[in-house]
Amino acid sequence: MQNTERVSSAERAALPVDELQRIARQVRARIISNSHKTQTPHLGSCLSCVDILVAAYFHTLRIDPRNPTDVERDRFILSKGHGAPALFQVLAMRGFYAESMLDAYGEDGGVFAEHPPTPDHLPGIEAATGSLGHGLPIGLGMALSARLQKRNYNVIALLSDGECNEGSVWEAAMMAGAQQPGNLVAVIDFNKWQATGRSEQVLALGPLADKWRAFGWDAHEIDGHDMGALVDVLTKYPSGSGKPVAIVAHTVKGKGVSFMEDDNNWHYRIPTADEVSAAYKELGVVA
Amino acid sequence: MRNAFADEITKLGSADPRVVLLSGDIGNKLFDKFKQNAEGRFFNCGVAEANMMGVAAGMALSGMRPVIYTITPFTTTRCFEQIRVDACYHNVPVIIVGTGSGMSYAELGPTHHSCEDLAILRTLPNMTVLAPADEVELRLCLRAALKINGPVYMRIGKKGEPIVHKNGAALEIGHSINVRAGGDVCLISTGTMLPVVMKAADMLAERNIAARVESFPTVKPLDQEILQEVFSRYPVIASIEEHSRIGGLGSSIAEWLAAQDNMKGRLVTFGTDDEFMHEVGSQDYARRKYGLTAENISQKVFAALDKSAR
Repeated sequence: MQNTERVSSAERAALPVDELQRIARQVRARIISNSHKTQTPHLGSCLSCVDILVAAYFHTLRIDPRNPTDVERDRFILSKGHGAPALFQVLAMRGFYAESMLDAYGEDGGVFAEHPPTPDHLPGIEAATGSLGHGLPIGLGMALSARLQKRNYNVIALLSDGECNEGSVWEAAMMAGAQQPGNLVAVIDFNKWQATGRSEQVLALGPLADKWRAFGWDAHEIDGHDMGALVDVLTKYPSGSGKPVAIVAHTVKGKGVSFMEDDNNWHYRIPTADEVSAAYKELGVVA
Repeated sequence: MRNAFADEITKLGSADPRVVLLSGDIGNKLFDKFKQNAEGRFFNCGVAEANMMGVAAGMALSGMRPVIYTITPFTTTRCFEQIRVDACYHNVPVIIVGTGSGMSYAELGPTHHSCEDLAILRTLPNMTVLAPADEVELRLCLRAALKINGPVYMRIGKKGEPIVHKNGAALEIGHSINVRAGGDVCLISTGTMLPVVMKAADMLAERNIAARVESFPTVKPLDQEILQEVFSRYPVIASIEEHSRIGGLGSSIAEWLAAQDNMKGRLVTFGTDDEFMHEVGSQDYARRKYGLTAENISQKVFAALDKSAR
């Protein structure tokens, strides 16, 4: 529709795996220190999806931070909006805005809330989320638009396992099953916890990959902290098979810091200064 | 009205490749021409309205112009949060059409009635709220809505509504349409009540009361200019809507009126009662039950005018 003649500058960063792992450690350290500084919760949920975000933004997504509204860009929607503290760090490091902007995190009148703002308020954001179950339907609309507009961008929506409680996730899954947008990818950050309990016990979540298959999707299970596997699966899919793709990424809530891993207290707990130092030491990041 | 909608959206969809029509599994055959003329741009989203709203917002964020069509409660109360977050918070051009609004589907029972939609949708920031009176207003509303760069809600009737604007009309979003001149009292109608209100004006004329009639196809933004004028001029102004008296056009005018200084006019509101209609009945039955008839409107307005003169 618009800008059809302009050549897109959106491209993959395609950084090597060891570099992605280094960035992921940095992101984790920054999220933890920011949580302490700004008293922002959801640390466990942020740490479980860091590797997925880094693989997407620093390897796979065809984007240009200098031109965040490029019509040909790949779209990434953080459907689990409470992972915003992780996304804000990643977008800054990728160059969508100055890292110094994050100094104003959580300040009155600022833009960095606990959930992503609307796209017109922060470059790099594709959809304002925070209420769960919204990102996949929006992503489906974007994916179908690419078909109508004869563009070849891909759309990735990152969901949490708890989010899969929402009926709208499965409404979108069914419509995608019918429409078969091959450019749509749902990544489920399967950290086995939701806010107040084990996600397989609160509601009957499993068998998660089979559920997506039953809804007409290609589904793959991977270790969501294996950077090589993440890069491999995100690059290989969408494959053009025509089917939407679900990637069930097995993750650990609080990943990267021994005393936070798989401890659901860190859904809401804020680290002390000592805990921040200990976390930095474990991550091998200099404060 | 729904046939006029189908016809108009087909014309608009043929002319503008951004127009996409999303249906919640209704309108079988109704949109055959749209499907032919706008190939690939019709999506039956099934009975899954929350997803449909999100899909529409995603399309609008990608430069398309989605239009959602389904039965009113299912495209409003059912997926209110998706309207609020996906369409209004993002401030994207999604047009939401609620068919069979008010008591159009009276026979189907309260699950299919919609007397709350204007109330809840006008609370949403960025939302424009439209309620055309007949197919002439509907076509004009739809055309105007496609030019708005934000979310629009439009409630329409079902089929066979009489045409009031037989010689056409000019419509601008946010402005009322004068349908009848009169110096004694002013009747403000929104949506498909207009033919009834015109008849009420006839009945008032028989009692030597000259009623001015204004049609309000736009409920939000409210036409404050015309309200200023009529409340300065007339002793009695009546609002008539097939919607609860809580939160609709009448409430909206009352909110405005409460903030004004020294207005001459007094507001009388007509709408449905604060209850679910449990008994079976047609749309006409429902209108009679809630006093939305020309007889009742003219009588109450006459009484209010009489009281104001004393």
